[in-house]
Amino acid sequence: MRYATMLRIGPVGFRIGSDWRGPIDQLRDLYRDFPQPADGIVDFNVRLFAARPWRRFVRPSVMIGGDFTIPDAAPLPLAQGVLAAEMGMNLQMALAQRRYLLLHASAVERDGRALLMTGESGAGKSTLAALLMTRGWRLMGDEFALLDPATGHIHAFPRLVSLKNEAIGVMERAASGGRFGPLLAGTPKGDIRHLVPDAAAIAAMDRAVAPALLLFPTFGQASDVRVVEPAETFVRLTQASTNYVAMGERGFDALTGLVARLPVRAIDYPDTDTALALVERLWGELT
Amino acid sequence: MSGALVAAVLADPARAATLTPDQWNALIAAARAEQLIGSVATRLEGMPVPVARLLSDARASAEQGRVAALWEAEAARRALAPLGVLIVLLKGTAFVAAGLDAGRGRAIGDLDILVPREALDAVETALLTAGWEWVKPDPYDDAYYRRWMHELPPLIHRTRDRMIDVHHTILPPTARPTPDAALLIADAVPLGNGLSVLCPEDMVVHAAAHLFADGDLQGGLRNLWDIDRLVREFTDADPDFCLSVMERAAWHQLGPAVARALRLARRIYGTPLKEYDWPARIRFAPRRSDALFARRLLARDGWGRLRHKGTEFGFYVRSHWLRMPPAMLARHLWKKFRKK
Repeated sequence: MRYATMLRIGPVGFRIGSDWRGPIDQLRDLYRDFPQPADGIVDFNVRLFAARPWRRFVRPSVMIGGDFTIPDAAPLPLAQGVLAAEMGMNLQMALAQRRYLLLHASAVERDGRALLMTGESGAGKSTLAALLMTRGWRLMGDEFALLDPATGHIHAFPRLVSLKNEAIGVMERAASGGRFGPLLAGTPKGDIRHLVPDAAAIAAMDRAVAPALLLFPTFGQASDVRVVEPAETFVRLTQASTNYVAMGERGFDALTGLVARLPVRAIDYPDTDTALALVERLWGELT
Repeated sequence: MSGALVAAVLADPARAATLTPDQWNALIAAARAEQLIGSVATRLEGMPVPVARLLSDARASAEQGRVAALWEAEAARRALAPLGVLIVLLKGTAFVAAGLDAGRGRAIGDLDILVPREALDAVETALLTAGWEWVKPDPYDDAYYRRWMHELPPLIHRTRDRMIDVHHTILPPTARPTPDAALLIADAVPLGNGLSVLCPEDMVVHAAAHLFADGDLQGGLRNLWDIDRLVREFTDADPDFCLSVMERAAWHQLGPAVARALRLARRIYGTPLKEYDWPARIRFAPRRSDALFARRLLARDGWGRLRHKGTEFGFYVRSHWLRMPPAMLARHLWKKFRKK
């Protein structure tokens, strides 16, 4: 491809190629503190390309390709090239990651143990993880938590935090010293702005830790905490995993192992301050 | 082209010891694009390579694919058992069910089975009853399949989300060669579990027919790797396998397709072939047109993209030309064009 760059997020190396310089320059800048893939060899390739040669110049729109693709992926305008790259990387993970059981969850760490948060889109798992990052927690990832079937530990995948709509303003205030990507207005998911994980998150990204607590947050309800039984957790996590079926027996063993030993709570919260207080309280009650 | 690198490493795993990081990246991207990553991983198993972890993931993934493919075959067997018809597994599922080298690390997508043509209606009904559903709702496509194809329109299972292709022969009836479907079934080899596979010669004939007498060579490098593995394994058991496969091919009217497949397997993977003067004169001297086929088969670049768009389009046209007589082709393309 005309332009290319490599980067490593946690244990996963990517090579991203592009027909345009812009998205590659932006990626290089946003990921400048991240390490390179081990030995210069990547796990996945992502391609950002023009559907037809002239579409590089005329109304340029970015098709998302790579080692693994879905047939009906819609193209994005060139101004949203970084988002296209992020979606391409997520797609490789979702479709083809087989070393780890992939949980659609955010993860943060404190005192060598991980807190996982999962839920439907809009539940606030990204925002809460990013807020916890500004309060002394180590961000492990806002999108995927990687459960290692061999050890039961969670590996970090601290890609750029993808802030959507109202969460953009919340984090601009909470992480005023943070590094942000350009504001991407009018994407298929509304406004998006990326936040670079802080130095502590990047420095510790190779350290896998045991999970200690799983939360199912729900935004917009009166403050409440409810115990979630293992059977419900198991079913909800099978739905929150993109590779549970493809992992076969290893995936089943990893997930049942996780569910058997992990305390799980559903928390409802009307605002982020309440949510953060609930998280700190539940975390404190663990030991 | 990186497709050639994939082929070179498959043919000679020692090549892997000399690869640079860029070549590894290109090899992996091209092998994934050709659905050969599991085969590469199997070939390089145990070698001290820098991508050992990635390859071990690919082997685990292929192994899970094998388990799922065998389970899908068993599901079809259970659905069809009351009919008492012979079920012949084809392609990847057949290779893993029979424990052949060709199945090691192989990616397996749909379940392909062959049943006697007279059982087709009963098989269709039994599958629909057991939870399979139509994939193609388009009436033209449906009618086209039923009238002109060698298989039922594809069915997909409602809960397992896996496709099944039910064949009654190995080439569309509209294609010029007419394989002897009754013989394919008569000589099928039972596996002892209620399922059968084609006899060794027919396996190679079918792989070659699929590659050179039917499709547009999409995924051809993988199909040719199947042929290499099959020929090597069957030749170990019977040194005159090349002779018997060419005799069998002639009977199925597929002599030229099988000869081309064997020539290209030798050209690309170094498949050992034995030539004969008696009882038939069998030579595998390269033909000039083989180069064009090789160009198409090896056209992946280091990002897994297909190069040589002109060649690709040429083979797409050829696949339709082979599949139907000219007037029918014109009608078919007109219908497809009007629907766009």
